[in-house]
Amino acid sequence: MTTRWTRKDLLGLRELTADEINFVLETTDAFKQVGTREIKKVPALRGKTLVNFFVEPSTRTRTSFELAAFRLSADVINISATTSSLTKGETLKDTARNLEALQADIIVLRHSSAGAPQFLASRLKASVINAGDGAHEHPTQALLDLYTIRERRGKIAGLHVAIIGDILFSRVARSNIFGLLKLGARVTLVGPSTLVPREFEKLGAEVSHKIDDVLPTADVVNLLRIQHERQRREYFPGLGEYIRLFGLTKQRARLLKPDCLIMHPGPINRGVEIDSEVADGLQSVILDQVTNGLAVRMAVLYLCGGIAT
Amino acid sequence: MKPKQNPTADVPIMDAEAIHKALRRIAHEIIEGNPNLESVVLAGIPSRGVEIASRIAAFIREIDKTDIETGVIDVAMHRDDVGTRKELPVVHASKLPVPLEDRTVIIVDDVLYTGRTVRAAMDAINSFGRPARVQLAVLVDRGHRELPIRPDYIGKNLPTATREQIQVRLRAKGISGLRTLAACWFRRSAETNFPLGPRKSAEISNLQ
Repeated sequence: MTTRWTRKDLLGLRELTADEINFVLETTDAFKQVGTREIKKVPALRGKTLVNFFVEPSTRTRTSFELAAFRLSADVINISATTSSLTKGETLKDTARNLEALQADIIVLRHSSAGAPQFLASRLKASVINAGDGAHEHPTQALLDLYTIRERRGKIAGLHVAIIGDILFSRVARSNIFGLLKLGARVTLVGPSTLVPREFEKLGAEVSHKIDDVLPTADVVNLLRIQHERQRREYFPGLGEYIRLFGLTKQRARLLKPDCLIMHPGPINRGVEIDSEVADGLQSVILDQVTNGLAVRMAVLYLCGGIAT
Repeated sequence: MKPKQNPTADVPIMDAEAIHKALRRIAHEIIEGNPNLESVVLAGIPSRGVEIASRIAAFIREIDKTDIETGVIDVAMHRDDVGTRKELPVVHASKLPVPLEDRTVIIVDDVLYTGRTVRAAMDAINSFGRPARVQLAVLVDRGHRELPIRPDYIGKNLPTATREQIQVRLRAKGISGLRTLAACWFRRSAETNFPLGPRKSAEISNLQ
């Protein structure tokens, strides 16, 4: 292993090399092992302060980062949109500079605007970890998806991964596309043409509007939630039609190869993008993703936050 | 096969044969000191400690017909110099049998120097449980301890200056793909002008 990590920030997978992504995944192996110990805590980031700065609501990502920081012995403060001074008219930059004045070493930022983490990273000495910015990137989610695929299938190169659903508004999809393609997977994006425009082909992914054509050759299907909160107008006639055309129903799941992995970044809408029985079935690795997310975030916090500044 | 010679400043201090003998003697001492040999776990510190642990385990198997367990104990995330290094140590996955209660864990490393790595290893072991005993086996003890740590099994005592380096190299072993310890080199940096490297070199050269 010749690659070394030299970044203070993790902003997206677009700027990472395949070697850097693999290095994070290998580091994750070591931190996943920590979760099996009697005492699930190591002193790697003892004395460091991490701020979970979530301007957009999130429970699972924030909790995952918080637990990851605890397991690395860092001190954690949580700031949400409602408790921050942003509601009092303070700018993002001023809020962040105040956090840095309190000697915060790592800022984990979730923001509704694409580019907010880049904005902070270029202005602060603290490490900035992107926990999702608008419809742009969600790098730790993609890394945990990659880790889960690698863990289950032993490799990523050569696999066919179908990402199904609301691609247009999905930062998870974008980060996954960058990561999967860099590691040599074939990616097909599936959904209605309003949510999966052909422009995505420019990133190197394939686009399909017919789910039944894609499922039989997929090694992994990653289902995305319809993000009603990001849609200002209706992109499809109704949920009933969406389920009929793109939902991973019990019947449709029979088209899948027996060893095809079923993934979902959560929160799942049972009966919409995925049937309950499929989500809880043997091919589902949805809960593995949650467990692996913790280990991936430990690795990322260790790599970005552990270097001398 | 003869190991490739490094720059002239390198002084070989143990060849493969000497390492072989030292580890065999350590295996005898472990057998002698542990009547309940099944309870012993040899926990190697990556990466050369892991190789040395597997070599000692093979000697014990040969001498006593006892299979003892080996493990891996990663110290990178337990170090006490976090935030002071420009480059992070690479973390490896640890592997120890559990439960550790009633077991004797023998930490195995190539070179014992300040003792800080061993302290980190003891902390790491504690997060797996509470072993009955923890011991320490090293191929070379070069002195200069900064902590009250003392090895139980020593391959070679080697007085050194802090500016000098000790390198233990590994070599691939035939078709089996296993590595064996090729040689131990004593690098007198006082005699050469190469920059002062890490105090305990981390270089592994695969010589075959």
